[in-house]
Amino acid sequence: MDRRIVKIEARDINFFYGSRQALSSVSIEIYKNQVTAIIGPSGCGKSTFIRLLNRMNELVPNTSLKGAILLEEEDIFDPSVDPVEIRRRIGMVFQKPNPFPKSIFENVSYGLKINGITDGNFIEKKVGESLKKAALWDEVKDRIHENALKLSGGQQQRLCIARCLAVEPEVLLFDEPCASLDPISTSKIEELILELKKYYTIVIVTHNMQQAARVSDYTAFFLLGELIEFGKTQDIFTAPKDKRTEDYITGRFG
Amino acid sequence: MKKHKVTQNIGFALLFLCMAVTLFFLGAIIYFITIRGIKVISWEFLTQVPRNGMTEGGVAPAILGTFYLTMGAILVSLPLGLACAIYLCEYSPKSALVNLIRMSINNLAGVPSVVFGLFGFAVFVKYMKFGVSILSGSLTLGILALPVIISASQEALTAVPQSLREASLALGASKWQTIKKIVLPTALPGILTGVILSIGRVAGETAPILFTAATFYTRHYPDSVFSEVMALPYHIYALMTEGTHPDKQAAIAYGCGLILLVLVLLISTIAIVIRQKQRVIHG
Repeated sequence: MDRRIVKIEARDINFFYGSRQALSSVSIEIYKNQVTAIIGPSGCGKSTFIRLLNRMNELVPNTSLKGAILLEEEDIFDPSVDPVEIRRRIGMVFQKPNPFPKSIFENVSYGLKINGITDGNFIEKKVGESLKKAALWDEVKDRIHENALKLSGGQQQRLCIARCLAVEPEVLLFDEPCASLDPISTSKIEELILELKKYYTIVIVTHNMQQAARVSDYTAFFLLGELIEFGKTQDIFTAPKDKRTEDYITGRFG
Repeated sequence: MKKHKVTQNIGFALLFLCMAVTLFFLGAIIYFITIRGIKVISWEFLTQVPRNGMTEGGVAPAILGTFYLTMGAILVSLPLGLACAIYLCEYSPKSALVNLIRMSINNLAGVPSVVFGLFGFAVFVKYMKFGVSILSGSLTLGILALPVIISASQEALTAVPQSLREASLALGASKWQTIKKIVLPTALPGILTGVILSIGRVAGETAPILFTAATFYTRHYPDSVFSEVMALPYHIYALMTEGTHPDKQAAIAYGCGLILLVLVLLISTIAIVIRQKQRVIHG
């Protein structure tokens, strides 16, 4: 029954902004083709953690890291590893939709072009495929050369997902992808995540516990920079082992 | 009437008065220069060389000279200033040294333009032996425009949302790809605005070209970057201070003033149009 394959493994992660410790001894395994939700109150380190997985935190000056993150057993922080290469394999969708101020087509084809792909037919095919996978194609197929900023917030977020999919990553990171969306757009994104997990390993940060319960297979609960509890979503929500997890999911604090 | 209402009305009246006075001077400048300048403006005035000791003919060499000097200055300052701004905004570590550099650049903007002229004379005309020429004048004006271009570019680059950089990097773009394909195109309207405003400033500068590029009178159009040229602002200065026919010369000076004014207003209008367009794109 247990066919879990470890895609990403974090080993004893300690992370600091200057002298402030944001993560303490976090160890966790992310399984292939599963959705892992990271929940916890604001400031618990969940966004910091997910941004370590594709080395985005390096853009913040004056940070330091101890521990290792293995992507298929290769340490992504090894000096020989190019962060650009890691980010090609691990895509990220951000809290606020951030399409480029370019056309819908240019947004999706961007990742292909920076990877040196020039074959126009291939790019066109890939853009169409990605938009279909992101459940946006039917809404935009007639105006693919219009500015992406004209789309609604929910459409923009699905465009950002399509933009990620075009470069064929192995892992998709979602950093509170529905934080700025209305309930209808949110449910569309959630449906999409359930669909995408067939092809990708997915990690989603959310402070909406219902969302975590709806979309994820595994849930990790973070508090004050520590991983308090990790397990099957069903178990975490029905029979949490730790008192603090129980308090959080029953809404006693948050 | 209550006391605070009276105070408020007096306040408004004062503010209105200040606005009106400012507007009056602005209008007066445009009015007098236009009234006095329009008399001499003709097709001949715009296309002919000066004749009879500056009292007849046109000012075409001065218009052309101002055009060359301005373009030359932009060719010098745009690549240099933009590269400098990109380095300061995107690459340089945020340190005390970089802050000092930024402050120095801002201070450079406060240096009197005649001092730039002296510097240009010493370095470009004499030391580098470019002589009094378009080249020396363009370099001097270019350095003068540098702080404006750097700070406008820096502002435009800083205004590009960090989330766009992150989006690009997260897709596996390198830092340079991100700057070239996302940051610069997004910042371009802002950078262009800075360039255009500095064109306006450079076109009207007199002191920096006084010893580096300008000549009072030439019948010839420049044939290389080493030629000295006539230029509108310097031509005005010369007409008003030298020569033997003050009345006729003054009329021509006002004509030149009008041309310069129209040029600068035109350039500012373009800057405003571009900024409007940028607002449309970025909401």
